[in-house]
Amino acid sequence: MISDLQRERLAYRRSRSRRSTAVALVSTVVFAAVLWFSVTSAPGWPRVRLSFFSLATAWRTLPAILDGLWLNIRVLVVAEVLILVLALGIAALRTLRGPVWFPLRALATGYVDLFRGLPLIICLYLVGFGLPGLRLSGVPNDPVLLGGFALVLVYSAYVAEVFRAGIESIHPSQLAAARSLGLNHRKTMRLVVLPQAIRRVLPALLNDFVALQKDCGLISVLGAVDAVRAAQIESAGAYNFTPYVVAGLLFVLLAVPSGRLADWVSRRAARRQGA
Amino acid sequence: MRAPALLFAALLLTACAPVDEATPPSGPTAVDGVPCTKDDLTTLAKGKFTFGTDQPVYPPWYQDDDPTSGKGFESAVAYAVAEQLGYAKADVAWVRVPFNAAIQPGAKTYDANLTEFSITEERKQAVDFSAPYYTVAQAVIALKTAPVASAKSVEELRKAKIGAQVGTTSFTAAKRLVAEQDIAVYNTNDDAKAALRAGQVEALVVDLPTAFFITSAEMEDAAIVGQIPAGDGKPEQFGIVLDKGSKLTGCVSTAVEALRSRGRLAEIETQWLTTEGKAPELK
Repeated sequence: MISDLQRERLAYRRSRSRRSTAVALVSTVVFAAVLWFSVTSAPGWPRVRLSFFSLATAWRTLPAILDGLWLNIRVLVVAEVLILVLALGIAALRTLRGPVWFPLRALATGYVDLFRGLPLIICLYLVGFGLPGLRLSGVPNDPVLLGGFALVLVYSAYVAEVFRAGIESIHPSQLAAARSLGLNHRKTMRLVVLPQAIRRVLPALLNDFVALQKDCGLISVLGAVDAVRAAQIESAGAYNFTPYVVAGLLFVLLAVPSGRLADWVSRRAARRQGA
Repeated sequence: MRAPALLFAALLLTACAPVDEATPPSGPTAVDGVPCTKDDLTTLAKGKFTFGTDQPVYPPWYQDDDPTSGKGFESAVAYAVAEQLGYAKADVAWVRVPFNAAIQPGAKTYDANLTEFSITEERKQAVDFSAPYYTVAQAVIALKTAPVASAKSVEELRKAKIGAQVGTTSFTAAKRLVAEQDIAVYNTNDDAKAALRAGQVEALVVDLPTAFFITSAEMEDAAIVGQIPAGDGKPEQFGIVLDKGSKLTGCVSTAVEALRSRGRLAEIETQWLTTEGKAPELK
């Protein structure tokens, strides 16, 4: 049974919380109104609105930008799969113990140092214009393939480091326990270390995924037309920035599901650890 | 916004009316009642005329990426316009303005900008253009060894993979070729040339003076295939870009027209864009 005093306390708390909600609501509305008023009353607002928020231009340029976005999405999906596989391999090589594995460890470390340090745009030029410039048979000449290859090279270096951080965060006692159960190195990695490591670094992986989402468009320096490049083409035709705003919004929409997925994964992990 | 401007113009008209008579007929004239003289023009810095251009800029429009030299077609035009308005060479300043900054809606860092901006009705909604100072044709270039190098008509180019620089009317002209493959779009003509060398595109579309420069000085293994016919019969023209509603537009246009009628524009053209006219027209 709740005492009268407790009931009073609860009622008081409820009233306070209603009051703070109301205050928050009013202050938000006032803030938004002030912001809106100060932006729209600025002397340059009519021209800014015309240059950045022209509905007619947005509607006219949307199909071309969506076409470009479709290229971004295809490159993103294929590149991400390759990156995850390659990065996991590199991280596994870097965490090998024992002097006999030194050459492999050194190779993996050299790869990470090189491609994590190399600016993506320079890698794109080297791979995109340099490789076909050699005119070797068998080297593809398609800017999307070459650009995608450069993306995989650079991003798997980042992601390999994320994986390695996860692997090295697993407490040595886990390894000792696995060994004491008679598991060899491969089985220890597969059954004990990696499942925990990957769960720990999922938010970081999703972060890199969103970054990749945006960097996919950089292959446009090699001649392919992605969403941002399509927006640039439309923008240059009319000297109007609205197509960029449209492309920007589309990219934000694309990133939102990744963010919610990351939230859901970490909530699930927290629940499991609590159980 | 318009009313104060009109009022201002009217005030200037009445204030300056007696002075107008004193202006020598051969010198700068007045536009909309505003006299086009160094002392009366409302430039960014009083007594200075600031031109803007991109970085880097290329021959034959500018030489050695140095607009201040007066060398190169657009640099020479800029100094001629300034002179026409009464500015000495020392009164001319230059700022480097990337493409996006040149067309943004806010306050400009330049009084007038010459970077091969083509005049279109659509673009006039965002910026002011002066009277045209050059009529330009678009041309196709290819490596001499490529099969498309011998093309005589637009039809023969349709199967080719074609490249162009983004945001240029060369790109628009490339679309007029109605190629079967998507047009490859590059940040700069330098990237496009790299792609041509690497064999990723078979032909590039650039404006004719640039085509002459590339094939004579930069890529001697490349040649001009031909000129692309103008879209819907209208010739393409370069104009000086000014801020939308700039008070200088009238005067700069008058200066360009004066240079044309004096034959000065033609002189500058012969000096910097001489090889014109030797490229065949594609049918």
